[in-house]
Amino acid sequence: MNTEILGVVFMYVVMVLLAIPLGKYIGKVYEGERTWLDRILNPLDKLFFKLGGIKPEKEMNWKQHLVAMLTINLVWFIFSMLVLMNMSWLPLNPDGNPSMSADLAFNTTVSFISNTNLQHYSGESGVSYLGQLILMLFQFISAGVGMAICAAVFNAMKERTTEKIGNFYNYFIKSCTRILLPLSLVVAVILLFNGAPMTFKGKDQFISLQGDTVNVSRGPAAAMIAIKQLGTNGGGYFGANSAHPLENPNYFTNIVENISIVLIPIALVFTLGYVLKRKRLAWVIFSVMTIGFLCFVIPSIYYEMKGNPAISRLGISQTMGSMEGKEVRFGSAASAYWGITTTVTSNGSVNAMHDSFTPLTGMFALLGMMVNSFYGGVGVGFLNFYIYIIIAVFISGLMVGRTPEFLGKKIEAKEMKIATIIALLHTFLILCFTALSSHLFAQDPKAYAGWLNNPGSHGFSEMLYEYTSSSANNGSGFEGLGDGVPFWNITCGIVMILARYLPIIGPLAIAGILAKKKYVPESAGTLKTDTGTFGIMIFAVIMIVAALSFFPALALGPIAEFFSMKH
Amino acid sequence: MKQHILPALRLTLVCVVFFCGIYTLAIFGIAQFAPNKGNGETISVNNKVVGYLLEGQNFSNDKYFYSRPSAAGYNAAGSSGSNKGPSNPDYLKDVESRIDSFLIHNPSIKKERIPSELVTASGSGLDPNLSPQAAYVQIPRIAKARNLSEERVRNIVELHVQKPLLGLFGTTTVNLLQLNIDLDKLN
Repeated sequence: MNTEILGVVFMYVVMVLLAIPLGKYIGKVYEGERTWLDRILNPLDKLFFKLGGIKPEKEMNWKQHLVAMLTINLVWFIFSMLVLMNMSWLPLNPDGNPSMSADLAFNTTVSFISNTNLQHYSGESGVSYLGQLILMLFQFISAGVGMAICAAVFNAMKERTTEKIGNFYNYFIKSCTRILLPLSLVVAVILLFNGAPMTFKGKDQFISLQGDTVNVSRGPAAAMIAIKQLGTNGGGYFGANSAHPLENPNYFTNIVENISIVLIPIALVFTLGYVLKRKRLAWVIFSVMTIGFLCFVIPSIYYEMKGNPAISRLGISQTMGSMEGKEVRFGSAASAYWGITTTVTSNGSVNAMHDSFTPLTGMFALLGMMVNSFYGGVGVGFLNFYIYIIIAVFISGLMVGRTPEFLGKKIEAKEMKIATIIALLHTFLILCFTALSSHLFAQDPKAYAGWLNNPGSHGFSEMLYEYTSSSANNGSGFEGLGDGVPFWNITCGIVMILARYLPIIGPLAIAGILAKKKYVPESAGTLKTDTGTFGIMIFAVIMIVAALSFFPALALGPIAEFFSMKH
Repeated sequence: MKQHILPALRLTLVCVVFFCGIYTLAIFGIAQFAPNKGNGETISVNNKVVGYLLEGQNFSNDKYFYSRPSAAGYNAAGSSGSNKGPSNPDYLKDVESRIDSFLIHNPSIKKERIPSELVTASGSGLDPNLSPQAAYVQIPRIAKARNLSEERVRNIVELHVQKPLLGLFGTTTVNLLQLNIDLDKLN
């Protein structure tokens, strides 16, 4: 078989094989059971709790979880704004990079505390080393928040009636120290020994073989690259993200980084199975996610390997596929595979430029973010999926004439209202803001000429992609978009805030309300949720809610471009 | 909210110290055992640094194997791709003119033999590699420019062909900087 395809298959298989035991481990961490890392990490956690003034055994209800989560995020927001707007004179700035303007700092701050990592700056020239390290801190703790809320929701789904669903700080700290930290150490060391830099020296300079003077950006990159992948953050150290040879030196590191992108999101599905003792349900969810993922990734690999039809018409050879925006060491298959894995999870790091993907691959990347729950971001991916489960339970309950129940809890009007609002919010944010920017551009194309790097339907796709990425908390981009201006900084910032916190609040509220309800044991009249039939039902709901509502927008962008290139 | 402010402040401070400080220093400590102490691996000729092993540099001289086009102009302090869409007419014109210019410099090569990676920009603008095909099509030009037999040049390219990982996974590549350094040693 073709070695490029073999590489992709290998990545997927290894990823699943690692995710299953990791899921069980994460389950033990959240359940407070013994694990083999206890000896080192128990003292560390105790130190965190002591210095933080936290009593981890004090359980909270869902509202207390919410307040704790929002309060700490507010502290991070203020802290990040202060650092990013004062970097130029703060220490660790050997390259003399400037501070950020208020609108750019707002965008970057929101982007990193919301686990999005949309970057309207370039790492080499836009932040100091101190700035990079602070952003790296948010890559740990924003991922930790998503996982903590996910753990609370798992706890709430257990078979009992309760108000208390664990301690937010306990879940949060343990997610950081027991899951993200050990994995990051392993990945960072692998990257180091393959050539990723970890230094506090500033730019280097040399004279190339041909006689050009070249400046080389460096910095403490290896530590950041590891967590950016594992925490589905995606914010690159360098401008070109993981396409940059220092961030992703070779095919082996590409495998390691790409596995890191999807590892925890998949593992958390198996964590659910472990915590609830419902392995079948976990496998049904995993299968639905995987089928969705395969629907996107297989055609993407096919189209990238086939090449760009417009280049074929120029009469040259395209044996490597469509190579604009791609690196020779990865090739088309691994680039397309990464492109889809990074968008179905809310990671957003890239190893090839998405703007230069062939039209349908661009569309599948967009769809990955529009659905945002085929694996999804760490923690939040499952929260999105949970919304679809609730809707699917309700609809199938109506279809067969049974009371809609999920895991022994009745789903009633209040939960359905929340679920529907959250499911529609994503569509609303993306389409309204894309319409706004398109309207501005169409009114006065000259004034906004700097926005778009490509004409026609591809230009529209650039704007659609930017808001989809913001609303999915993804962070990748069709980077041709001239997005470093106040309009994009502010509107994307607003979208990211709403699309981060509301979809956390919604599922947490639903789970909290359901946990309080009376537990009704399964009977012959219960609609079974751990069956293939129900899996198909969830899949259909996702396709109808996500894919269909975006179809008109996709038809104007990538689909129009695809057909225009056919003739 | 009041009862959560203090823990939030304290916990944030602890996280800053631990993740920005201790985690970073731990990786930095391990880096001291990595190639070139985590400063980036360099390549020297006659004790002079001529480049970074992993980062591509511009080769446009007919004596050297050309590197891929770069949207960043091989500026290793400002990486970027072209971000041109596949149907953009200006972009397709650029590619066409790169093809024409390649044909002028390599008159013995037929158009259909030019691999697309030689006329399209990479993702980072710093791609250190070529595919073997992209190196092979340049052999006649290099041989002529350096007064060498085509066979000698071909031999040296073959020495630099790197097989896929474990012979199984990924692409076959050539590291352009190392190839061009060895090419210089031939004369």
